[in-house]
Amino acid sequence: MQIQEIQNAIVEEFSMFDDWMQRYEYMIDLGKSLPLIDEQYKTDDNIIKGCQSKVWVHAELEGDKLIFTADSDAIITKGIIAILIRAFSNQKPADIIEADTAFIDEIGLKEHLSPTRANGLVSMIKQLKLYAVAYQTQLN
Amino acid sequence: MHINLFAMIDAQKIRKDFPILSREVNGKPLVYLDNAATSQTPQQVIDVIVDYYQNYNANIHRGVHALSQEATDKYEQARIKIQKHFNADKAHEIIFTSGTTHSINIVANGFSSFLKKGDEILVSAMEHHSNIVPWQMLCQRTGAVLKVIPMNQEGELLMDSYQELLTEKTKLVFCNHISNALGTINPIEEIIEEAHQVGAAVLIDGAQAAPHIVGDMQKLDVDFYTVSAHKVCGPTGVGMLYGKEEWLNKLPPYQGGGEMIAEVTFEKTTYADLPHKFEAGTPNICGGIAFGAAIDYMNAIGFDAIASYEHELLEYATEKLLQIEGLKIYGTAKEKTSVISFNIEGLHPYDIGSILDKLGVAVRTGHHCAQPIMDFYNIPGTVRASFCFYNTKEEVDILAEGVKRAKNMLL
Repeated sequence: MQIQEIQNAIVEEFSMFDDWMQRYEYMIDLGKSLPLIDEQYKTDDNIIKGCQSKVWVHAELEGDKLIFTADSDAIITKGIIAILIRAFSNQKPADIIEADTAFIDEIGLKEHLSPTRANGLVSMIKQLKLYAVAYQTQLN
Repeated sequence: MHINLFAMIDAQKIRKDFPILSREVNGKPLVYLDNAATSQTPQQVIDVIVDYYQNYNANIHRGVHALSQEATDKYEQARIKIQKHFNADKAHEIIFTSGTTHSINIVANGFSSFLKKGDEILVSAMEHHSNIVPWQMLCQRTGAVLKVIPMNQEGELLMDSYQELLTEKTKLVFCNHISNALGTINPIEEIIEEAHQVGAAVLIDGAQAAPHIVGDMQKLDVDFYTVSAHKVCGPTGVGMLYGKEEWLNKLPPYQGGGEMIAEVTFEKTTYADLPHKFEAGTPNICGGIAFGAAIDYMNAIGFDAIASYEHELLEYATEKLLQIEGLKIYGTAKEKTSVISFNIEGLHPYDIGSILDKLGVAVRTGHHCAQPIMDFYNIPGTVRASFCFYNTKEEVDILAEGVKRAKNMLL
């Protein structure tokens, strides 16, 4: 599936919920299905800066696609990174670089998009895209 | 006769003074429990700020015109109010600053010319970063050594270790009056007295104490004491440095500019007298005046009544929160103010804070600019609820229910 299709699917899933509590509960559930980072990659170098909780992300190229794994010591943050990885993992680096992130707003997590917000959603997106840029260079 | 001071605070009536307390957050009535970071501002202080800009906004000290004179008078009256409140001997021992961090930096910077290699500086284990970093910078500049007064699991300073650390090499001791992360009230009387016995100067960071306790400068015999207005119902960006006259005369100025000079030629500048020597440039005039108004406001409520009311809130909240299984409170000193730092086993403070925010409850999460304390307890941070005299037991109930709800959602 293309990034846009996955994002549309996520937006549709979230549209079923009436209030923030249900959305958060779903996000927490999504966190539980996050493809977990291998322990050996849980290093300080792989921590995303700008988050109040710790978030580790690892990227690996499989063929021409980038596979992300991650983890966090906070449950909500784990849910947020799980949503991002679902949208961006197993995609071509060039597509990740180009991808829009407006769906975050549409699933009612707009408040997390503020760059001053302590959870660092913006830093997470930036880091995923930086990996894509790095691997794109390698592919070229 | 026993007087019940808790009953002397009519929180419902007081809350009407604070317009912000009637707003909603995320569709829920705001429950503001982040008072240790910033207290809210009563209408009486907001009115003073509006009055300044509507009626006598002008630069001070230099103008011959009426507005400038009026602004100067009000600014200096505020200084005197603050002097009287903290019982400083002289008004010029009160320096207006941008807040506690600025105040500490004036002293740290000033001491670079007095310290030499091998001198020692003692700092408590429960300091805010703003009371650690300037001293580390000072040590780097001078070759002095920073030593730490340790604390126990309850969050109390080990006074025996302090006495052992104090030697003739000790030139400065820095400690907060009350810890921002744990709420511990430190035995500063003893700390000051013992430091003076070896000839060391003492700076007490009073940022967290000022909303709860009136520090008496002369009785404490403290050398420096710092306060931020935004913790005492005043505006942000203004605070004070109290310094004993003899120390302030000795310290070199921190910044050069207008107002702090006596005479300037291209060859030489002579500095102005206190307090202007440390108040370079146009100060936060409105902020200083509003700081004075905030002190008036708090005195009208009365610090004895405030302390008693907040203590009862603290006890009530401690009891309520401890009923939640898996909840641990950090900072259980015998002497503490209305701050509760806590975690729930298996949960990150950020998760709890995020859910509480959705419920309209404002708390602080994280390391509270006191990472060494978090390292001491080996935790990433805590959730911190800090109470003010306008908070109520009903709000404590909302907090406790919110924490339970967060726990149910997250675990």
